[in-house]
Amino acid sequence: MVEFFIRLFSQETTDIILPATLQTLYMVFVATPITIFFGLVFGSSLYITDKNGLYPMFIFNKTFGAIINAVLALPSMIVIILALPLSKFVVGVSYGPKACVIALTIVCTPIFSRLVESSILEVSKGKVEAAKSMGASTFDIILKVMLPEALPSLIRNFVVLTITLISITAIAGTFGAGGLGEVAVRFGYHRFRTDILLAAVLVLLVLVEGLQLLGDKLSKRMLKKRHLI
Amino acid sequence: MMQVPFIEIKNVSKTFISHKRKFEVLKGVNLDIEPGDIFGIVGFSGAGKTTLIRCINGLEMASSGSIRVGKYQINKLSKKDVNVYRQKIGMVFQHFNLFDSRTVYGNVAFPLEIAKKNKEEIQERVLKILNLVGIVDKKDFYPGQLSGGQKQRVGIARALANHPSILLSDESTSALDPVTSMSVLDLLKDINKKLGLTIILITHSLDVVKYTCKNMAVLENGIIAEKGSVKEIFENPQSNTAKVFIKHNAYLANAYFSGEGIW
Repeated sequence: MVEFFIRLFSQETTDIILPATLQTLYMVFVATPITIFFGLVFGSSLYITDKNGLYPMFIFNKTFGAIINAVLALPSMIVIILALPLSKFVVGVSYGPKACVIALTIVCTPIFSRLVESSILEVSKGKVEAAKSMGASTFDIILKVMLPEALPSLIRNFVVLTITLISITAIAGTFGAGGLGEVAVRFGYHRFRTDILLAAVLVLLVLVEGLQLLGDKLSKRMLKKRHLI
Repeated sequence: MMQVPFIEIKNVSKTFISHKRKFEVLKGVNLDIEPGDIFGIVGFSGAGKTTLIRCINGLEMASSGSIRVGKYQINKLSKKDVNVYRQKIGMVFQHFNLFDSRTVYGNVAFPLEIAKKNKEEIQERVLKILNLVGIVDKKDFYPGQLSGGQKQRVGIARALANHPSILLSDESTSALDPVTSMSVLDLLKDINKKLGLTIILITHSLDVVKYTCKNMAVLENGIIAEKGSVKEIFENPQSNTAKVFIKHNAYLANAYFSGEGIW
């Protein structure tokens, strides 16, 4: 038992876990901003084009919503496989962390779009009315009213997104993406190295908990600054 | 300066369709409002007051009839022109609708940012308006730190920022206590005098109308039941709504002053 815990922090484990951690961090740090950008754009367009939105476009809204739901409904493993040719086209290879970023973005953008949409919907209708009554354009209403007003809720959803990204990198790991997920499967599952599996899980746990704490703090601080709590 | 604002509402109807049922909210409203007036519109809940005021600033388009405000023919404006037109119409809300993400200063600066004014202009105007409504000392506060009365002052400042020619007030004092409510009404009267602004005041409180307005109209089930000077209507109410309102007020007052109590 004691030996097991010593092995958990041995040189061998570190040599395997450290590069994998860096790969995971690379994938998450690159995929997050891209996903946030597309999520904000897609989520806002879903809100704007809704039948009660600022610029109703029924057919566009339904089609776009259906596409997003379709990607959401597909198991993430399938989406990753489907994204392989695209990755090959964009970054030249279909394996490794760089290729994985593309698959991650495709898997997570629909999730985040829906999260953004629901954050924006939480903003009271009266504020939209006020902005409209002052002659603000749809663009101004989104950029200057809805997103800033929804920011505390958006930050919480950023955290959900980043945690989802971390967990999807683990799945992508089984398709040669590298990172902690791959280590867990390769060593922990195929070679029965429970110590390495546990070490990988511990690192993932620290990442997730750290992010959650950071997000909660930021969101709370913002609410406090605005004197809403 | 804009052309003399003069509001002319001709035979305006508004029908909403919801769940395949038609709701006729306005049924041919005719109303003229002179520039510089403080005009009260009273009526019971659901009489169509809010819909009427929303038709005036184009938040709602009339189903039929026409509305002219100054040189603007509201139902003929393009989407872009509606936004330009709205920048000249201030609106104050019952629940203030301030932006929590912005300070008092930022809230009042918002309509000026929308109108693409430069920074110096914005700063000068915002401080001037905050002085006028008497909350310049709170300029760096967030709405969450203010009382109801202070919030409504910010709401009024925000509505006035971009030199509007008309101020629409949708139950702006209904969420405030009587004393605060009176001070907000005093502020509106003061603004009317100082800036020569036309104010349209929607309310279900006769006290508000009596205290603030010169002329008034009574809205009943989507039509104007009567209109005229506040004095005329209070002395000789014709419509059902006005009679009920005035009688109810008198009843409460009598009961109180006779010492019998209401119960």
